[in-house]
Amino acid sequence: MAAPMLRWGCRGRRWAFARVDGGSCHRRGAPTGSTSNRIRGESSVAQQPLHTAQKTRKGEHKWAAVVGLEIHAQISSNSKLFSGSQVRFSAPPNSLVSFFDASLPGTLPVLNRRCVEAAVMTGLALNCHINKKSLFDRKHYFYADLPAGYQITQQRLPIAVNGSLIYGVCAGKKQSQVIPKTVRIKQIQLEQDSGKSLHDNLRSQTLIDLNRAEGQLRVDANISVHHPGEPLGVRTEVKNLNSIRFLAKAIGECQLPLLVSFFLLCTMSMRDKEGKQDYRFMPEPNLPPLVLYDATSLPAGADPQQVINIDQIRETLPELPSVTREKLVQQYGMLLEHSFTLLNEVGLLEFFQNVIKETRAEPKKVTSWVLNTFLGYLKQQNLAVSESPVTPSALAELLDLLDSRTISSSAAKQVFEELWKREGKTPGQIVSEKQLELMQDQGALEQLCHSVMEAHPQVVMDVKNRNPRAINKLIGLVRKATQSRADPVMIKEILEKKLSL
Amino acid sequence: MLEVSAALKQGQITPTELCQKCLSLIKKTKFLHAYITVSEEVALKQAKESEKRYKHEQSLGDLDGIPIAVKDTFSTSGIETTCASNMLKGYVPPYNARVVPKLLDQEALLIGKTNLDEFAIGSGGTDGVFGPRKQNPHSKNEDSDWLITGGSSGGSAAAMSALGSATGGSTRNPAAHCRFVGFKPSYGLVSHYGLILLVNLMDVPGILTRCVDDAAIVTLLNHLFGLADVSKLCIEIPKEYLVPELLSEVQSFWSKAADLFESEGAKVIEVSIPHTSYSIVCYHVSCTSGVALNMARLDGLQCSHRCDTDVPTQSMYASTRQEAFNDVVRGRILSGNLFLLKENWENYFIKAQKSATSHLDVFLTPTILSEAVPYLEFIKNYIFTQAVNMAGLPAVSIPAALSNQGLPVELRFFEHAFCDQQLLTVAKWFEKQVQFPVIQLQEFMDDCSSMITQ
Repeated sequence: MAAPMLRWGCRGRRWAFARVDGGSCHRRGAPTGSTSNRIRGESSVAQQPLHTAQKTRKGEHKWAAVVGLEIHAQISSNSKLFSGSQVRFSAPPNSLVSFFDASLPGTLPVLNRRCVEAAVMTGLALNCHINKKSLFDRKHYFYADLPAGYQITQQRLPIAVNGSLIYGVCAGKKQSQVIPKTVRIKQIQLEQDSGKSLHDNLRSQTLIDLNRAEGQLRVDANISVHHPGEPLGVRTEVKNLNSIRFLAKAIGECQLPLLVSFFLLCTMSMRDKEGKQDYRFMPEPNLPPLVLYDATSLPAGADPQQVINIDQIRETLPELPSVTREKLVQQYGMLLEHSFTLLNEVGLLEFFQNVIKETRAEPKKVTSWVLNTFLGYLKQQNLAVSESPVTPSALAELLDLLDSRTISSSAAKQVFEELWKREGKTPGQIVSEKQLELMQDQGALEQLCHSVMEAHPQVVMDVKNRNPRAINKLIGLVRKATQSRADPVMIKEILEKKLSL
Repeated sequence: MLEVSAALKQGQITPTELCQKCLSLIKKTKFLHAYITVSEEVALKQAKESEKRYKHEQSLGDLDGIPIAVKDTFSTSGIETTCASNMLKGYVPPYNARVVPKLLDQEALLIGKTNLDEFAIGSGGTDGVFGPRKQNPHSKNEDSDWLITGGSSGGSAAAMSALGSATGGSTRNPAAHCRFVGFKPSYGLVSHYGLILLVNLMDVPGILTRCVDDAAIVTLLNHLFGLADVSKLCIEIPKEYLVPELLSEVQSFWSKAADLFESEGAKVIEVSIPHTSYSIVCYHVSCTSGVALNMARLDGLQCSHRCDTDVPTQSMYASTRQEAFNDVVRGRILSGNLFLLKENWENYFIKAQKSATSHLDVFLTPTILSEAVPYLEFIKNYIFTQAVNMAGLPAVSIPAALSNQGLPVELRFFEHAFCDQQLLTVAKWFEKQVQFPVIQLQEFMDDCSSMITQ
């Protein structure tokens, strides 16, 4: 095995490096999120090339990036993909290892039904075509955390293919605009995971844990850049990324200025054909083809325990985010980007819906308060929705007060801040304590307006002269006179009437 | 086996006595290298329990108290399982292969683990690290040229009632050399969980016994069944098996066997299996590829031999595997890896998988090219047997006649998948017609003692 394709890692936790030498092609960062049951999805963002953040100088050609992601996700199940041993987070090392997991000679794999169902669900949720017949293969390479010397995967004919996912990209000023994008899902396959390697650099040794359960999502990014219209460039791979932030960073850093410096290295390694790892794929002989059925192809009298019905699984799928977003837009008239934000924060949609249930206020008002004020406070203090000091009922009550014009919007913000302090008071209590109620007496307000107008004839003149800022000054003066207890909207109405505007 | 079972039931001999006789026989014939591990304590313990049952007339069936030997590729809990390789020397599995408890549930005695070609790769029974199975019990050769027992379940054959395993002919081959009945069940009929596999798609447990009835019992096909109704049979003779290397004597016995069936009213026709000549090549490609990947787990880290540990991992893999695998195994692994390389995949592996499986009634062919072969002239005898393995069909090899030199000639029947029962009824009928002298224990002992004194 000669030099493999160049792989590199950045600063940050859990990066993987591969030594570009004649030895091992896989050195995984420690500790990795190794899992026993995996769904691997491959996608490529080929339609919308990622543009560099830097402006291109005059005369320079533009670069376009092509990104492919290999996503490894652990299936939530009680036992492993091919053996009956348990899956448990943070169990002592090597305590959940069956004979098959240890690859003792003579042991055989048995497919876990739950994992197949999970893979079908994932395929359906990602709009894939589910292959009614899929095959298992062996992918052969030597590494300490792979006791069998091969990995069972689905290379040739995986369980699901040709799907897509719509996601939102934040753009525009202040990143407030959300643009929907589509990514293609090439295939989804079931595969076995390797063990966990723990590198002890001090003692120059590596410890292996064959439990294989860490509950993580892991991504390998494949990136290349090219001039639009020309063939794709050299592929660079970054392995074992476990957050969107690091993923974005990695892709972002594969941009032109840095690219030049290691471009030469890349071309050298790719020119060397011997350098590519040949995994010597072979059909897995111990697992027959995986056959799935749907309502039309299900054999009569089939034991439901023995077969998997795709249509049945489809019925058990929860409402998918794209459908939910569509409903929100239709029902509440909110902008699409708002629907993305609502769904992207865990628990926020539920919070929103609870507020809607309890308040008379308009949905648009609720949306604005939840996404701007509420979410803003959460982010500032790095809290999850579940940790919020303000309950949906409290916010609903506050919005009712606002809606009934009992308080002004600035007063409402004050109340909200008080609520956030967790003193256990209701909005009503806060309003009365701080005397934030709006002046309800129309007559008294008219009187005040009149007196202010008389006190400031110059401003009145400006208003009459259509100076747009003048009226705001008047409103401000009246408000001051009422100690901010008057609704500016009402003040404006009265003033305009008086001035016959 | 039935006679022995009857003797046990009638109290003519106790299980413990029987067991001890077997054990002493094994010790006397140690030069045959038939056994790698003799599980003396375990067997005697089981014998004592069997004895109790017979005393109280609670015997559990025909296998109760009968000593059985198991090829050393079957995982036996608590008993060393080596596959005749340095790689697994000292490996004591923590679990049993599925067939083992099935036999033990019938209260058979596990007398030991038999010798084989390393990892069951080989057809001579000569390539195991524990020494080749030197003597075919029929050898009357006076000089030091000993006869091979056939492989790869050579030790099982020498043990005379045993579980072998069959990838390409590894049960029938030694059976043929040693004058036994060798039965390879349909792929899928008998579980191969715990059988350390050579090639997953072809490996099955195989049975080696002295007569067809015994084979049926051991396979636990339950009960003896009658003889086939030969007049309703169609026996097919594949003409591709008539190869130039076939000894004329064997050919004549083959012919006589066909006549025998015809005289009883069976239809005997010549047929063609056109891909026969390709199958050995396909077999080699599939087998080596399977071997390469099955051996990948033996890297020195988990349960196998490990070389000096103060070296980087990759070097450790290389040294361990160099030290602990013999030349034949290494050769197969290298070939297998070659065939599986991306560039070779289409040309070799995919083509090999397209080997033909035809629809059959009962086929009759010789098992090996000639009679039991002397070591110096030993050739690969898989040419006849492996095609059947690739198709997953059941087959049985039974002794037909004695050649001029007094060596056994075997003929073989094979059938549709899962028609094992019918196959055995045909074999049983033939066995009865031929009345081949089944090897007698006493006769064998006499032969051996005469050899020792030489």
